Amino acid sequence: MSHFAGTTGLIMNEPLLWEKGKKGRCGISIPTPDVAAAPLDDEFTRDEIDFPDLSEVDVVRHFTRLSQWNFGVDTGMYPLGSCTMKYNPKTNERQAALPGFAGAHPMLPPDLSQGTLRLMYELEQFLSELTGMYATTLQPAAGAHGELTAMLLFYACHKSKGEKRSKILIPDTAHGTNPASASLCGYKSILVESNEDGILSVERVAELMDEDTVGIMVTNPNTLGLFEDNIKKVAEIVHAKGGLVYGDGANMNAVMGVVKMGQIGIDAMHLNLHKTFSTPHGGGGPGAGPVCVVKELEPFLPVPRVIKDGDRYDLKYDNPDSIGRVHAFHGNFGILIRAYSYILSMGKELKTASQHAVLSANYIKEKLKDVLHLPFDRPCMHECVFTDKKQEPYKVSTLDMAKRLIDYGYHPPTIYFPLVVSGAIMIEPTETEPKENIDQFIETFRAIVKEAEENPDLLHNAPVTPKVRRMDEVTAARKPILCG
Amino acid sequence: MRYLPHTSEDIAEMLQVVGAETLDDIFATIPEDCRFKGELDLPKMSEWELNDHMSSLAVQMAVAPEYTVFVGAGSYNHYIPSAVPYLLSRSEVATAYTPYQPEISQGTLQAIFEYQTLTARLLGMDVANASMYDGASGLAEALLMAIRIGRNKKKTVAISSLIHPHYRNVVQTYFDPTDYNVVELPYLPDGTTDLSPVDDMEDLAGVAVQSPNFFGCIENIQAVSDKAHGCKALSITAFSEALAYGLLKSPGNQGADIVCGEGQSMGIPQSFGGPGLGMFAALNKYVRNMPGRLIGKTKDVDGKDGFVLTLATREQHIRRERATSNICSNQGLCATMSTMYMASVGGTGILEIARQNHDKAEYLKSELKKAGLEVPFDRPTFNEFVVKCPDGFASKRQELIQKKIVAGIPLECYYPELADHYLLCATETTRKADMDALVKEVK
Repeated sequence: MSHFAGTTGLIMNEPLLWEKGKKGRCGISIPTPDVAAAPLDDEFTRDEIDFPDLSEVDVVRHFTRLSQWNFGVDTGMYPLGSCTMKYNPKTNERQAALPGFAGAHPMLPPDLSQGTLRLMYELEQFLSELTGMYATTLQPAAGAHGELTAMLLFYACHKSKGEKRSKILIPDTAHGTNPASASLCGYKSILVESNEDGILSVERVAELMDEDTVGIMVTNPNTLGLFEDNIKKVAEIVHAKGGLVYGDGANMNAVMGVVKMGQIGIDAMHLNLHKTFSTPHGGGGPGAGPVCVVKELEPFLPVPRVIKDGDRYDLKYDNPDSIGRVHAFHGNFGILIRAYSYILSMGKELKTASQHAVLSANYIKEKLKDVLHLPFDRPCMHECVFTDKKQEPYKVSTLDMAKRLIDYGYHPPTIYFPLVVSGAIMIEPTETEPKENIDQFIETFRAIVKEAEENPDLLHNAPVTPKVRRMDEVTAARKPILCG
Repeated sequence: MRYLPHTSEDIAEMLQVVGAETLDDIFATIPEDCRFKGELDLPKMSEWELNDHMSSLAVQMAVAPEYTVFVGAGSYNHYIPSAVPYLLSRSEVATAYTPYQPEISQGTLQAIFEYQTLTARLLGMDVANASMYDGASGLAEALLMAIRIGRNKKKTVAISSLIHPHYRNVVQTYFDPTDYNVVELPYLPDGTTDLSPVDDMEDLAGVAVQSPNFFGCIENIQAVSDKAHGCKALSITAFSEALAYGLLKSPGNQGADIVCGEGQSMGIPQSFGGPGLGMFAALNKYVRNMPGRLIGKTKDVDGKDGFVLTLATREQHIRRERATSNICSNQGLCATMSTMYMASVGGTGILEIARQNHDKAEYLKSELKKAGLEVPFDRPTFNEFVVKCPDGFASKRQELIQKKIVAGIPLECYYPELADHYLLCATETTRKADMDALVKEVK
């Protein structure tokens, strides 16, 4: 191979926080009291808390060393399917840190909060425009929270018509959050098997849809990276029985400006601002999962709603049909700022972003399909799904190939998801990865496939370059140590 | 566009490989009638235009130091040491995903293990999870967890009416489609929860109070636990001010089974109410019923210590419709931020800062009392308290806003019986001079 990014480097050891420091140190500047001490009765006060005392230097060195054990989008290519690990623009961080935003209290009167209310109002408009929907709520704190919000909206909508339905259709390609969100709403999940092309079949939906069924939760493009061709017909069938169609927007990065979900039969959908709209994933959160809805569902949206009256923005609480709050305040506002900043930076070029994301995924699919098994050989959207079937004879699994990629300096793709594909390898390059890097990734993957045939132990023993090697996850779960 | 690296040459090469003529062709599998043919109606700005625009929005906000804001109510102005945002901006921390590949995520994993540990110590509990969205959804999840632990046989939960009203709204939203009941407990004249209705309740899975409660008063958590356990229900403690436990007796020390609340005070900017940090902790025996992610300590194949996501069989990606919750993420970056904060203040510092919060609020309370305002609830408070103002204070408050002082929030919209009552807050960042100025104004 010509050249690859992964190499060994100097990695520092670092103990746990409480194994460091000395009693009496402090890493924060505490003001000198300007009022008299007012003792609180012993009955209310605690014994000394068992936190380590550290200096600022101790703290800075600790977290700097920890950070160096991590792989982030800024470190290298992160083709984690379904997660849209695109570049996180630095200007977004500048905007979110503005003192007027960072220091804003959420319960001040609207007259003192015009800047944040305007931002929220406009972001709702932008997201409604992108999805072709009528209205948007920004309260949900994450994608799964958005799904739950939408299920609550469906529940409230049916309730307003005097109906209480008990089941919901969920395709076998769905994320686990879909059935779990539906369960929280008391809905029983009915599995819809996808057809031989990896998408929903109109006939199967027609067989399963009835008047006790709330509707369907569709991820489109689906988790196989395929567009649900039959979506319009599926929606017609669901609507004909009084049902509603939910769109999981996890894969929206494929179709911005290409498809407007509100125009193809979707009644409510969530967007993952941390995927499609470039906000940092933060090692697992916080994200934001706004929900966009058609006009029929607007009365049920969480309160308060941001409204505009002339040049003034206000909060409206008295929506009698609203499901109520889903967040203590206005959602993950700090994330909303970043997404707003991203949309304003991109404008109409959001469509270009989707085009490039889809082009890159198809390019990888074409360049690897001779060495990796491709279960659905048709044009994909922004991600492509392979399996380890061709490597089975060498006793090399998806996990082994994923771990070997680490040694070469890549974050592995998503593996073993979607569940309907055995040994799935789901690659999503995103639009922000330069072609040279994509070519290098392809070259690396091909080299790994060759290693699998010639020296499979290289893969079984991978990774060898990071701070730690494969972890004993079984003991971790059997004898959990969750607290130090 | 600076985030889109493909040149026209790159695009031409790639199109050729995929067998398409134009960028539109690659969407050929999308049926014609599903495609949007128009142009997106979205504005676009250069970076410097964006900077001007965003700054123009941010300056419209009432924030310190221009304004003196005596408001807490679930969002608190505490001092954040510069090292915290600085460290957090390291992109290995901010731009990483969920640590599914432990070999290259040990930084996130160790930091969250440290977060779990420090949170458990703060709250006096056995185990804390990797965090929930916020204090409100954390409470809803805690109540659902209590019902799960009772094997769904007991369908009622009792919650104090002195839990943050927004948290109670969220609980109501979560519970609406279920067949579980939420009963609100009234409050006593001293500003704490009236537990007496609990005796007559059947079918009770859990009793939840907030401490310090929405009026700022310190609840007797031990009494709640005794009462709950007497009915074979769980004792749940909620909170909106995590810093209080730097000074106050921990819920774990007073018999709590589940503790959940908002950790924004631990080094996280207020940011108009989010993102916050849903701290969530429980006794060991309930860990398999907990919602959310957990990080555990283990070893690698060479015997080296390290950390992994664990007990995932509770979670949605494995158990799907039978998961303990639908939550998929955690507030990773906020949890990390709070760990950096807790490490910075340390055991000695957190006690001192918490004390200063208490002392400042006591000062303001006593000065307002001297100025003729009534303090209706005599239970001890932490950094917030209720005052009853004379008739017509609403217009005075408006006047003060013109002078850039926000004198608390009115309680009447949440508690109709509390007309002219206001909730005020002072933290370590509130200066005596500003408190004196407020007192002078209301005299």
